[in-house]
Amino acid sequence: MQIDIKTSAVQPIRQTFSHVARRLGADKPASRYQEATLDLQPEANFHYRPLWQPEFELYDTRRTAIRMSDWYAFKDPRQYYYGAYTIARSRQQETMEKNIDFVTRRALVSGLSDEQKQAIAALMVPLRHVEWAANTNNCYVTAYGWGTAITQATMYHSMDRLGLAQYLSRIGLLLDGNQGTSLAEGKTRWLDDPVWQPLRRLVEDLMVVQDWFETFVAQNAVLDGLLYPLVYRHADAHLSAQCGPGLGMLNEFAIAWYDESSRWVDATLKTAAAESPENAMRLAQWIVRWRARTLEALQPIARATLGEAQGNSALAEVDTAFAARVTKLGIDLSAQAATACADTLATEASHV
Amino acid sequence: MSDTVFIAFQTNDDSRPIIEAIAEDNPHAVVNAMPAMVKIDAQSRLVIRRESIEARIGRAFDLRELQLNLISLSGNIDETDDEFILAWNN
Repeated sequence: MQIDIKTSAVQPIRQTFSHVARRLGADKPASRYQEATLDLQPEANFHYRPLWQPEFELYDTRRTAIRMSDWYAFKDPRQYYYGAYTIARSRQQETMEKNIDFVTRRALVSGLSDEQKQAIAALMVPLRHVEWAANTNNCYVTAYGWGTAITQATMYHSMDRLGLAQYLSRIGLLLDGNQGTSLAEGKTRWLDDPVWQPLRRLVEDLMVVQDWFETFVAQNAVLDGLLYPLVYRHADAHLSAQCGPGLGMLNEFAIAWYDESSRWVDATLKTAAAESPENAMRLAQWIVRWRARTLEALQPIARATLGEAQGNSALAEVDTAFAARVTKLGIDLSAQAATACADTLATEASHV
Repeated sequence: MSDTVFIAFQTNDDSRPIIEAIAEDNPHAVVNAMPAMVKIDAQSRLVIRRESIEARIGRAFDLRELQLNLISLSGNIDETDDEFILAWNN
């Protein structure tokens, strides 16, 4: 008797969910990111308006001045959905734990002189309050933003900020031998030290911005775009030259994270600006407004950390790079554009 | 027919973006979906580009990651950091 072994292919009836297939234009296999993102935002059948804001629906696209014909045009270039995000971060956390272990064993931070420890603590520890504010701001964007494509990523971003705040606290604890005194000192600096007050004021003003897209721009693009290169490039290099490689190892995650997340911030701004000239103008106006304030707020910190001349030149360098980055995204920061933008906004205000 | 090269991958989430990238970079290639395997045949030459895969998966990709889902291939391999090229050297 002869036995024929045959293979028979079983074709699935459908390759993906119908709502994803409609977006892809055909019933073809979708990536996990697409399936966990597209059209997940609740859009209809809100029975009651929120009592605290009856002019809007519970989820409403009108909570920002940015207009999009399709809010799912925003795509995260990292394609983070819950699984991909947690796996990526858990790997990074393992590396960071190893770094912290190494720094502890070799006494790369605890073995420094008191002046060196002071220099690190004065800059790094108060920054944990900035990270916490960034966490809150991104939570705000997540809560009031529209479309899973953007709110999903901002939720991950806000969790990242909590993680960054914790790493900054760990630096403090390494400096004071787990006493927690550096954290208390850091808070006093944040609340009372004149060097930090302009930044604290800026951060607190950011928390009460109404338009969630403006919060996104001011926090994730402008403040981070100027603060991170200043602290983690210029100040990190300056302190490492004085205090050895310990701090650099502890900042490793923040540096990698900034490079990674700014790709997403850039993609988001680029998409919004490409949608319409009005969007681009609004983004330009927000950036111009917050960039001036941020530079002002960072100046005392740059000077205190790097010294007067070097601090000024570092900040100028950071600002030039930032302007180039924004221009590349299709947002025109030149004076004419900003004036045109102010005119438009004024006209709109008179109509209301 | 002797001038044909092919590469075959397991059908799964990881290899899907690779296959899409190959299909786009090699318009002459024929993608054959079989049970649990996707076999890509091409006349004379097949190029796999790191950049095209990275654009689809949103992260850095090392071309050696291909091996994880690779079932089989035919042709002489010319591999660099950026491209993985299959062709016959005769």
